[in-house]
Amino acid sequence: MTEINETDNPDNSSIKREMRVRRIKHGTVIDHITAGQALNVLRILGISGTTRAVVTVAMNVPSGVIGMKDIVKVEDRELEEEEVDRISLIAPNATINIIRDFGVIEKFRVDLPERLEGVVKCGNPNCISNTSEPVISKFLVNKKPVELRCIYCDHVISEGIAEHLI
Amino acid sequence: MPNHIISMRDFSRDEIDAILNRVKQFEPIARGKRSDLLSGKLLATLFYEPSTRTRLSFETAMKRLGGEVINLGALEASSVAKGETLADTIRVIGNYADAIVLRHPREGAARMAAEYSKIPIINAGDGAGHHPTQTLLDLYTIMRESNLSGLKIAIVGDLKYGRTVHSLAYALSLYHADMTLISPKQLAMPDTIKKDLKKQGAIISETSNIEDVIGDVDVLYVTRIQKERFPDPAEYQKVAGSYRITEELLKFARENLIIMHPLPRVDEIDPAVDRTRYARYFEQSFYGVPVRMALLAMAMEAV
Repeated sequence: MTEINETDNPDNSSIKREMRVRRIKHGTVIDHITAGQALNVLRILGISGTTRAVVTVAMNVPSGVIGMKDIVKVEDRELEEEEVDRISLIAPNATINIIRDFGVIEKFRVDLPERLEGVVKCGNPNCISNTSEPVISKFLVNKKPVELRCIYCDHVISEGIAEHLI
Repeated sequence: MPNHIISMRDFSRDEIDAILNRVKQFEPIARGKRSDLLSGKLLATLFYEPSTRTRLSFETAMKRLGGEVINLGALEASSVAKGETLADTIRVIGNYADAIVLRHPREGAARMAAEYSKIPIINAGDGAGHHPTQTLLDLYTIMRESNLSGLKIAIVGDLKYGRTVHSLAYALSLYHADMTLISPKQLAMPDTIKKDLKKQGAIISETSNIEDVIGDVDVLYVTRIQKERFPDPAEYQKVAGSYRITEELLKFARENLIIMHPLPRVDEIDPAVDRTRYARYFEQSFYGVPVRMALLAMAMEAV
C-alpha cells in the first residue's frame, strides 16, 4: 500500500480533502464509498493480497457530502464501467475517477445493473445455485430499495448484501 | 428457445388466460376419447423426488394424446446414484425425448435445467419453489367450478412452506383476487411473499379462524398441515384439529361455495364433506389431466 499523507493545515479544508491520500499518476479513484465498505469494494473488484496492483485504501474520511466515506485508489488500472457498477450494491453513492497523468479524464457515478451474475451467493441453502451443478448465481436487481431476487429460487436478499458477496 | 414451463412468474395474465381457454377441448380426451395429437412424440419424466399424482397425471395426459413416456426408473439404479449432475442428465435426455417433466428437491432446479436443455422443460415441482402445472389446474378448477373474476378465496393450512400455495397466491394476485389467509401463526405466509402479492394487486387479509370468513368466500382452498413441521406432536394435534373442515362448519357457507384441496389430504377435510355440494377436490385432481394435456401440446408445439 502507498503511504497516506495527513495534512497538518487545518485551515484549508479543500487541501485537506485533496491531500489525505496521495495523488496517483495513472489508474482509478473510487470516491464517496459508504464508510466501512472499502474492503468489500476490493472484494467485488477481485483485488486480494495476491494482486500486484498498487492499491491505496482510506477509511472513515470526513466528507461534506455523506458525512464519512472510504476511498480506494487502484494504480495503473482503468476499471471498466461494468466492473464498477457492482460496487453500487454496497456503495450506491460511489463515484469513479479515471486518472491519466495526474488528471481526471473521466468521472462517473456507479449505476446498479439490472442483472448480476456471479457476484453474490444466494442466501437459500437449498437453491440449485448452491450445489455442485455447473451454475453461476444470477439475480434480478431492484434498485430502490436495493433488493436482489435469485432467478433460480426467487429468494430475495435485501439486507446484509455484503455478506453474500462471492 | 423451447417452450419451457418453469414458474408462474414467467406468465402474464393474458398468457394464463390463453392456456386456460385451451384446456376445455382436452376434457373429452381426458375422459377417454381417442386422440393422436402427440403420436410419435416421447416424453421423459425425471422425478428426483417421490410423486404419485403429478407423475401419473402427466403420463396419463401424454398417453391419452397418443404419445409415449420414458422415465428414470429407480433413482438408486440410475446415473444419479453415480453422481451425474442434473445438467448432464438433461443434456443426455435432450437427445432422446421431445420434452422433459422434472421434479427435483432443489429450488431453481427447473430453471437451471432449462438453461441446459434444447427441448422443453416442464417444472413439476422444485423443492419448496414452484409448481406451475398445479397452479394452472387450480386456476382452471376455479374457472370451471366458480369464477376467476371478482374472486373471494380463503386459503387454509400451511402457508409458510406449501409450494402450491405460493404459486397459486401469486397467480391469483394477477386476477386481483380478494384473499384471506388462514393458518396457525407458525405456518403463516412469509411477509416478503405477502408484500409481493399486494404489489401485484391482491387484496389480502389474515385470520386464524375459518368461521370468520366461511360465509363470505367463493372458494375455500385447503392444504395439508405437515406433521413434521411441528417439533411437539401435541402442538400439531391442537393446530391440525382447529383447521378441520366439517359439515357442521359448512352450515355457515355460501350456497355456491366450492372446496378445493391439492391432495393428498390427511384429516383436514372430514370424509363426510365429500358428499356435500361444496366438494370439488376430486374434480380438481381430474382437471390435472386436461390441463397437462394442453401444456404438453403447447410445449411440443402440437397446438
